[in-house]
Amino acid sequence: MSTQQAEPESQEAPEDPAMKGAESPAADEQNGGGMVDEHAEKAAELEGETVHIKVFRYDPEVEGKQEPRFDDFHVPFEKGMTVLDSVMYARDEYDSSLTFRHSCRQAVCGSDAFFVNGKQRLGCKTQISDLEQPVRIEPLPHQEVVKDLVVDMDHFYDQMHTVEPYFQDEDTPPVDDLEEQRQSQENREKIKMSSRCIWCGACMSSCNIAAGDNEYLGPAAINKAYKFAMDDREGEEIKEHRLRILEQEHGVWRCQTQFSCTEVCPKDIPLTEHIQELKREAVKKNLKFW
Amino acid sequence: MYEHDVIVVGAGGAGLRAAIAANEAGADVAMVTKLHPVRSHTGAAEGGINAALQEGDDWELHAYDTMKGSDYLGDAPAVETLAQNAPEETINLEHWGMPFSREEDGTVSQRPFGGLSYPRTTYAGAETGHHLLHTMYEQVVKRGIQVYDEWYVMDLATTDEDDPNDRECHGVVAYDVQSGTIEGFKANNGVVLATGGPGQAFDHTTNAVSCTGDGHAMAYRAGAPLEDMEFIQFHPTSLPSTGVLISEGVRGEGGILYNSEGERFMFEYGYANNSGELASRDVVARAELTEVGEGRGVDDEYVHLDMRHLGEERIMDRLENILHLAEDFEGVDGLVEPMPVKPGQHYAMGGIEVDENGQTCVDGLYAAGECACVSVHGGNRLGGNALPELIVFGKRAGQHAAGEDLGEPEIRTGYGDDVEDETDTELPVAPGKAGLETSGSVAADGGVTADAEGVLQRKVETARERVDTLMDKEDGVQHAEIRAKLQKAMTDYVNVFRTEEGVKKALEIIRECREEYQDVYVDDPSRTFNTDLQQTIETRNLIDVAETIALGALVRDEFRGAHWRKEHQERKDEEWLKHTLISWDDGEPSIFYRPVILEGENKTYEPKERSY
Ligand SMILES: Cc1cc2nc3c(=O)[nH]c(=O)nc-3n(C[C@H](O)[C@H](O)[C@H](O)COP(=O)(O)OP(=O)(O)OC[C@H]3O[C@@H](n4cnc5c(N)ncnc54)[C@H](O)[C@@H]3O)c2cc1C
Ligand code: SF4
Ligand code: FES
Repeated sequence: MSTQQAEPESQEAPEDPAMKGAESPAADEQNGGGMVDEHAEKAAELEGETVHIKVFRYDPEVEGKQEPRFDDFHVPFEKGMTVLDSVMYARDEYDSSLTFRHSCRQAVCGSDAFFVNGKQRLGCKTQISDLEQPVRIEPLPHQEVVKDLVVDMDHFYDQMHTVEPYFQDEDTPPVDDLEEQRQSQENREKIKMSSRCIWCGACMSSCNIAAGDNEYLGPAAINKAYKFAMDDREGEEIKEHRLRILEQEHGVWRCQTQFSCTEVCPKDIPLTEHIQELKREAVKKNLKFW
Repeated sequence: MYEHDVIVVGAGGAGLRAAIAANEAGADVAMVTKLHPVRSHTGAAEGGINAALQEGDDWELHAYDTMKGSDYLGDAPAVETLAQNAPEETINLEHWGMPFSREEDGTVSQRPFGGLSYPRTTYAGAETGHHLLHTMYEQVVKRGIQVYDEWYVMDLATTDEDDPNDRECHGVVAYDVQSGTIEGFKANNGVVLATGGPGQAFDHTTNAVSCTGDGHAMAYRAGAPLEDMEFIQFHPTSLPSTGVLISEGVRGEGGILYNSEGERFMFEYGYANNSGELASRDVVARAELTEVGEGRGVDDEYVHLDMRHLGEERIMDRLENILHLAEDFEGVDGLVEPMPVKPGQHYAMGGIEVDENGQTCVDGLYAAGECACVSVHGGNRLGGNALPELIVFGKRAGQHAAGEDLGEPEIRTGYGDDVEDETDTELPVAPGKAGLETSGSVAADGGVTADAEGVLQRKVETARERVDTLMDKEDGVQHAEIRAKLQKAMTDYVNVFRTEEGVKKALEIIRECREEYQDVYVDDPSRTFNTDLQQTIETRNLIDVAETIALGALVRDEFRGAHWRKEHQERKDEEWLKHTLISWDDGEPSIFYRPVILEGENKTYEPKERSY
């Protein structure tokens, strides 16, 4: 359909190629690469044009890709086009080996957090007309790159699992009584934002503390714990147990309130606030600091 | 080789529930899933879970609504099992901490939904599926259930006696997406397929990129028939540019549909004089396309869904995420302007034929969730009825696979003395196996009598050869080209409106896709995270599944539920109170029918006109 040809032209390597299994480029330019405000205007301007994207490439076993590089693609612009759409187009039309995770295309599966123009963003939720070109698309920083835009998420999952991320209550009535636990609307509202996390890993990737302390629980896991700790349906004892987990050496006290996680979270979860609140709770409960 | 009692393929709502149930029944269960569990498409469900929880409501009303919605093609034992068990299963989710929305007295909230006689759709904001998925994954973590995530299941290790009813499933063959390693997973008790919908057979869909009908295709080729595949639900309110769904919840809360003339067409043109916007989905989807067809569409493509009159407070409280969806994916602010919407492929009522216990006709092979057809939804699914199906039948499949006795099923499966053969439809092209293809037969190697491990081992070898062939081939066609062609044919000809000529055309194009697929190759030479390879295999599955959808759409010459045929504008109860079954028959598909069961526990459901 299109006359644009694939053109992986440039071979420029990212600054820091001393990477084993390629640690992705460091998050040095956190200041969100140029958001353009009137995106409708920009979109109209782009109609019939192409968008220039520069995509990070790396594959540990393919010759020519073992040294990380950027490939350039020019993708025809369509109104409403997202960053994910652009890499999907490049893959389907130009280079079928271009690799990234994606599934829902609607910001619920959390698969496609990338480092776009210097900021962690969800590919499917980022309108390309909002970005300055060329649009630089890289894997999430501070995580091992598996291939192209795919990073190893195991460490992120491990941290999530550390906080006992499941409801714990012994005395729920038998289910065949058909009696639910009662919860006030206020309490439901209280945990609402925290329960929206889609495990995309953007927050963890943006966090300097997590980058320096591999054992730091990280914003997502702490937020997960917040969801349970603030839920009145769990008893006081369990809440205390949860606060103890969060209080450990690599827990809430590591956070230096830099707000980078809050800034990048695609679900607008007030992560830093939640971490602060848990610190206060811990103090209130008079738990010992580590 | 890995070995467990029960292997669950897929970790969406149905798979998670099956795994938890099998674990509680004492089995060693493992989940094998191509996506990490929380990435499953169950997370996209917005509206809610139907369950008769309140006083004044009861399961019989729920069953009645479901049967009526199904246009009398649901099997009563399945429909009643769903309605009876949904309340307990929903409460169970609450006990696991699922954050349901609440009433002032602290009980869970329920709202009205299309086709329901009582407001029984239990919800958690507009993110019910997200919470259901995460809550159940949390329980899987709690129980320490083993999850092999980002393992792609390629094939089932099934024996191949001539009669599928005599076959047995001993496990699955999967490859680790991250490393490309192919391994066998032996299942001592059973394999539960919970692989979700086949929406990617169409090019405008609310389904995820991962919804490629893998489980359908694997079960089909292993001998389990696919049932009622022609019944595809098109959701009336998806965003035109992406297919992202705007929940029925918007209409449940009072949202209104307008055409380009500003008319409330559902009433104005008499599509549904009683229920208006809340009529069953197929009715609303056809109404919208009729409006567009008659020149009253906006931009000749869509209609408007307006919720502005509900007021900011109510919208923010109940439908906040809809605002985000419209903004992020369509650039529209739902508080100040109406949202553009059009029908998109949404749900497959049909699927792998199973009984109330989730069993297929192949011993040891189970299916649950959207990939299965019990059949609860018959010709048309009511909104809010899929999520309860996941938890009710996911649980039963898990329990049964783990060896629990759930009683004799009333629903029969597989070819048998109660079926009727298709005789009179002329097909434009032969369906099934293309040219060079071999069936990967175990028997061909003298394997009918092979033991479980032998069967699995041979399937692993076949899979390795298949991957090598795809990877070694230097040039040819790429899957993306074939997939796009297939999707377009389905959306052009097997969509909301279907004609005999169109469906035949689709079958011809599907045939072409099959032939072209003989020349498919994988360009990416890497074993590491090779999505090119994965999508190539998925595309083959889509071809098989799309073909059954089109075949069903051709043979069923009536108008029932979501299946509309131009030449046949009435429901033909004398002839068509029966399920369509398509069996792969080792590459030469055959079609047969099984009567629907309308006798319930306390009453017989008499087909009535489905008016709203
Ligand atoms: C946008 C949207 C909104 C909806 N809203 C509602 C609603 O409000 N109420 C309602 O009742 N229903 C709703 N539905 C329908 C309902 O959500 C789905 O039918 C249901 O979630 C499907 O669940 P599942 O467990 O069968 O499949 P999925 O959740 O899709 O899970 C499939 C699983 O299978 C795995 N898998 C697939 N193939 C393979 C393979 N080859 N190897 C290994 N693993 C594999 C995937 O990794 C995934 O884990 C909605 C559907 C959509 C699309
Ligand atoms: S908290 Fe936000 S940024 Fe972090 S994983 Fe969850 S959704 Fe992603
Ligand atoms: S593709 Fe699912 S979050 Fe973007």
